[in-house]
Amino acid sequence: MKVAVLKGGRSLERGVSLRSGARVEDALERLGHEVLPIDVGPDLVKRLVAERPEVAFVAMHGVGGEDGTVQELLEILGIPFTGPGAAACARCMDKVQAKDAIDDAGLPTPHWFAFNQTAFREFGAADALDRLEETLGFPLVVKPSRGGSSLGVRFARSAGEVPQALISAFSYDDRILLERFVDGRELAVSVLGDEPLPVVEAILLEGDRYDFEARYEIGRTRFVCPAELSAEEERAVTEAALATYRALGCTGFARIDLILGDEGPWLLEANAIPGLTDTSLLPQAAEAAGLTFEQLVERILDLALHPTAA
Amino acid sequence: MAEVPEPTHRRRSHAGTRDLERYAGLFAERTSVMRSSAMRDLMAITARPEVISLAGGLPDTSTFPPQSFAAQMTRIAQESAAKALQYGPTEGFEETKDCILEVMGAEGMLPDPDDIIVTTGGQQAIDLVCKTLIDPGDVVICEAPTYPGAIPTLCSYQADVVQVECDEDGMQVELLEQLLAELRAEGRRPKFIYSVPSFQNPAGVTMSLLRRQRLVELARSQELLVVEDNPYGLLRYGGEPMPPLYQLDGGDFVIYLGTFSKILSPGIRLGWAVAPPPVMEKIVLGKQAADLCTSTLTQYFVREYFAERRWQRYVDDLVEIYRARRDTMVEALRTYFPAEATWTEPEGGLFIWATLPDYIDTSDLLAKALRADVAFVPGQAAYTDGRGAHSMRLNFSGVDEEEIREGVRRIGKVIAEQVELYGTLTGEHRVPEPAEEPQPNVVPFRKAEEA
Repeated sequence: MKVAVLKGGRSLERGVSLRSGARVEDALERLGHEVLPIDVGPDLVKRLVAERPEVAFVAMHGVGGEDGTVQELLEILGIPFTGPGAAACARCMDKVQAKDAIDDAGLPTPHWFAFNQTAFREFGAADALDRLEETLGFPLVVKPSRGGSSLGVRFARSAGEVPQALISAFSYDDRILLERFVDGRELAVSVLGDEPLPVVEAILLEGDRYDFEARYEIGRTRFVCPAELSAEEERAVTEAALATYRALGCTGFARIDLILGDEGPWLLEANAIPGLTDTSLLPQAAEAAGLTFEQLVERILDLALHPTAA
Repeated sequence: MAEVPEPTHRRRSHAGTRDLERYAGLFAERTSVMRSSAMRDLMAITARPEVISLAGGLPDTSTFPPQSFAAQMTRIAQESAAKALQYGPTEGFEETKDCILEVMGAEGMLPDPDDIIVTTGGQQAIDLVCKTLIDPGDVVICEAPTYPGAIPTLCSYQADVVQVECDEDGMQVELLEQLLAELRAEGRRPKFIYSVPSFQNPAGVTMSLLRRQRLVELARSQELLVVEDNPYGLLRYGGEPMPPLYQLDGGDFVIYLGTFSKILSPGIRLGWAVAPPPVMEKIVLGKQAADLCTSTLTQYFVREYFAERRWQRYVDDLVEIYRARRDTMVEALRTYFPAEATWTEPEGGLFIWATLPDYIDTSDLLAKALRADVAFVPGQAAYTDGRGAHSMRLNFSGVDEEEIREGVRRIGKVIAEQVELYGTLTGEHRVPEPAEEPQPNVVPFRKAEEA
C-alpha cells in the first residue's frame, strides 16, 4: 500500500515530529508498504494530489499538524489518515476547549480560568488575578492553551511569580490558562481504537517537581509501564481516560494525561498525536500490551482505513 | 518503451536500526549525561531560510577570493598531489606550525614549535585537552557564561563544571580565588580553568590586564592549568591589544588553543593546541587515537595561503567588515531594544550578550521570535546550571548589516510586547516604545553581589 508519512512542518515540535516520522517510515517499510515521506510545507497539497497515497500517516506534533489543519486538508482531499479527525484534533490541541469538553462530560479536571492576551492588554484582566489566585490557591499552573510538550508551562508558587509565568506562557500562544495544581501520581493512558493500553507512570528522578523541563529530559524522568496500580485505581484511571477520549471525539488513537490524586483521577489534557519516537509513551504502552512497533503501526493504519472496525 | 517506475525518493533502507531498545543496553554511562532539551528542538527550526539567524557563530567566508582559493588548490595539485593525499604526522606538518607561529607572533607569542599540535578545528583541541585531563567527577572551572560549544565536551567527559561569574572585565578573578579556596577546603583541585579571555564567546567581554596577570599568578603559585581559548584575538575593532595569558605565563601553566576558523575558514577544520611537553605527549597520544592526523590537504592549503603573504591583509579586511557589523548591531540595539535591556559592546570577536528584565525567559522568547522569523541563542545554553535565562547571545559576523538591523528590530518588537504585557500584569504601566535617543545601556553585567 502507498502510505504518505506527514512529518516536520513549521511547529516548535518539528524535531520530535521528524523522529516520530522516521521511525514510522522504517516500520512501514518493514511491513512491505510503499513509503512516501513528506516534510510538510507549501507543496503538501500538490504532492498529495500528484502522488495519490492510499492513506496518510500523520506524524506531526504541535500547531499545524496536531491541531486539525492538516487533517482538514486530508478530509477535503478524501485521503484517509491516521489518528483523530480534524474537529477532535482542534479540541485536543486547545487545552481550554479540551477542558470545557471534559468538564461538560462531567469528568473531573482541575479548576481553571482562561484568558487571551487582549483581556490583559486592553481590558485590565490583571485586576482579576487576585481573586483567581484566591480561588485556585498556590502553587498554580500557567499553560499556553495551544502548545506541545512542556513548552511554556510554568508553576507559580506565589502571586509574585504569576506575571512572569504568564509572560512565558504568552510566548507560545495568545490564550493561556491558569489551573489549580493537583498533587498526585502523573499518569498517561494511550487509547488505540477503543482499547485503553496499559497505564504509564512518569516518576521524576531528580530536581524540583515543579520543574517541567525535567519531565521531558531523558534521564531526569523514569517511565514505568504498566504503572503499579491497584485493580480499583486502574479501573478508575482507564475509565476516566476512555470517557475523555470519547468526550473529545477522538478516533484512531490519542494519549490522555492525568493526575491520580487521593480522591481519584484528574484529567489534564489529551494529545491527539502522541509522540512515536523510541522514548515516547504510546509505543511503550503498546509494547507493554504485547504489540511490537510494527504491529502498533499496522493497527493504526487499519483504524484509519476501517474506522468502524474499531 | 517499457515503463520503468522512477524512484520517488532516495532513502537508506535501515529498517529497525532506529529502535533505541536494540542498542540502549550497550550505551556507555557517559551518554546518559549528554542531554537533549526542548531548546535544542527549538534551535532545529532556526534553519528555515526565511529566518534571520543571529544564533550562529559563523564567520563571513563570502569575502574570501575564489581565484586565490583556486590558485592555491591548483598549486597543491600540481606540486604536491601525492603528499597532500597522504597521511601526515599526528602533530601536524612543520610548515603548518610555521603558519601558526606567524599567527601567534602577531599577538606577541613565541612558542616552541615542538609544543604545538595541529588539530581538526579548535573544537578538537578542547576535546583532546578534556580527554587528557578529565576523569569523571573532576572539577573544571569555566566562565559564567561560557562558550556553549564547550559544555557538551565537558559533559561527555563527565566533568563537574563550576562557573565563575564574568563582568565587563571578563572572569572575576577575585571570585575565582574564593572558589579555589573553597574547593581546597573540600580537598578538591580543579583539573583546569577554561577561559576565553578576549572577546569572549558568548559575552563579548575581554579580561582586563590586571585580571590576566592575577590569573596567571594564581595558576603559577597553585600549580593549576589554565586553558586559554583564543579564537578571536586578532579580530579587534577597538581598544588596545591585550597580552594573551600564554604570553604572560610563558607556557608553563597555560595551555593555549588557537584556530584558523575565524581568520581564514572554519571549513578547513584547522586549529591547534600549545601545551607543556609532558601534557603535549599525552595530547598527541589522544589525537592518534582520535583521528591519526589532521587533514593534510587543508594543511597544504594553509601553507600555500600563508606563502602568498596576504593573510594579515585578509584579517584586516575581516576586521573592517565585522567592525561595521558590530557598530550596526549596537546601533540597532539602541534603537530597537527597550530601556530595560542591557548589552555588552565588545571590542572584537563575533558576539554581543544582551540581558533582559528578569521576568523574560529568553528560551520562551525564542518561540515568539521564531514566529517573527528571527533567531538568537538563549542564554541558558552558556550555563550548566539553568542560569542565563534572561540573556541572549547575538552574532553579528554571519549576516549583513541590513539583516542585522532587521533581525534586531524583530527581536526588539517581541521584547517590547512582553515588557508592555508585564506592565499591564503588574500595574507598572511602562512605556514600551523604544527611546528615540541612544541610551547608556552598556551595563553588561550586574555586579557580583547581585549576580
